[in-house]
Amino acid sequence: MSMTKGITSRAHPLWLAYILHRVSGLALALFLPLHFWVLAMAVSDPARLDGFLHLTEAAVVKVAEFGLVFLLAVHMFGGLRLMAMEWLPWTPPQKTLAAAATAVSFLIAVLFFMKAI
Amino acid sequence: MAAEALKITIDRGPNAQGLQTEFEVPAQDNQTVLDVVSWIQQNADPTLSYRFACRVGMCGSCAMMVGGVPRWTCRTHISKVLDGNAVTIGPLRNLPVIKDLAVDMDPFFDKWVAAEGVHHGGLTRDDPIAVVDETAPARVEANAGIECINCSVCYAACDTVTGNADYLGPAALQRAWTLLNDAKDEGRVAILDAVSGNGGCHNCHSMGSCTAYCPNDLDPMSAIAGLKRETAKSFFKRGRR
Amino acid sequence: MTLRLYMLQRITALLMAPLVIGHLAVMIYAIQGGLSAAEILGRTQGSVLWFAFYGTFVAAVSIHGAIGLRTIAAEWGGLRGIAADALMWIVGLGLFVLGAQAVWAVTYP
Repeated sequence: MSMTKGITSRAHPLWLAYILHRVSGLALALFLPLHFWVLAMAVSDPARLDGFLHLTEAAVVKVAEFGLVFLLAVHMFGGLRLMAMEWLPWTPPQKTLAAAATAVSFLIAVLFFMKAI
Repeated sequence: MAAEALKITIDRGPNAQGLQTEFEVPAQDNQTVLDVVSWIQQNADPTLSYRFACRVGMCGSCAMMVGGVPRWTCRTHISKVLDGNAVTIGPLRNLPVIKDLAVDMDPFFDKWVAAEGVHHGGLTRDDPIAVVDETAPARVEANAGIECINCSVCYAACDTVTGNADYLGPAALQRAWTLLNDAKDEGRVAILDAVSGNGGCHNCHSMGSCTAYCPNDLDPMSAIAGLKRETAKSFFKRGRR
Repeated sequence: MTLRLYMLQRITALLMAPLVIGHLAVMIYAIQGGLSAAEILGRTQGSVLWFAFYGTFVAAVSIHGAIGLRTIAAEWGGLRGIAADALMWIVGLGLFVLGAQAVWAVTYP
């Protein structure tokens, strides 16, 4: 019991999946206006857009980019998980298998893609 | 273990200034959380208010927050929840506190009715008794949820209820789902309407605390998912709001 | 959250799932060797296909994000009724206008 000290009724996998989905969604929604604003410079101020794109070479920005890609991926897979859970009346073991199969396929596809480019 | 004293903290809320909240309770070999609360009320502070009736997990009136988790206090052994020799016991979450450990269950029961958790009969006393096929898929679905005894543990566990006072909550929606699958209930349209409003099943984020903490091992989260499927189907079929 | 908002949220989500995979793939491909305005515009400018891809994406994400933020504002910020709906519309229209400008900027021939 001392292991779970300070953690209340929320410390279980589905709740953690819920909070991850919510926080990633919130972060993506807040990032989008900036993303759109920078891209719109392609017409209004192309030189400034290039300035922003050069920023992406910096290590700090690279880490931030990794974070954004992670948020996008985690929000998409979390959402697909949610819709499968709600709409497909499968048994829990079937869902675990399906999730594992999807994760493995995605991993293989990403590895292939990394090799290909 | 038997000779030690347990250090029990009772969360009596902000209105309990000056009242005792820390108690030393003699430990016993077989002792439930309810036994501990009763010992405090009988031996240390007779003004302590709490609620219980059957003491064997049938009536659903003794639920409290034990160490931050909603539980039936009568069916929870104190040794399972102790941190060292201490634990905090509080009133159920998400409901107005009347005094100490007793909460007002009215909002919980009102939502039960608001979710159309009532029988919608279609037969009269002159009709023959309807035959129920226990193996029909809908009956199996209904049977999975009918053992709910309205203890409000799931309601207290749910963060969506905390954030949205209109949300009907897991117990009421699960009852709506069992009635929707009950061959003897003819309230299909009324139920689907009741669970599609502002406080309806679509507020649920499937965080699963209801299913994780139900003392009867019921699965309200999957019942609510069933309501989402049925309302989604009727959305496409009938263009319901 | 009513049935209508729930359905809109899920339909836009399903619509976006393949778009997100496409977007992730393009990102992994495009950052090889660094990013430049010329490179991005060379790919997208005058392309009806990219206009449709990102146009759909922007429309869907505006709806999806607006409903999501409405829920969060209601549950964590206590926003109710008309205030919550107003926030949803402002966020949705704001995202759509900004997004449409961006799509136009990178695909205009």
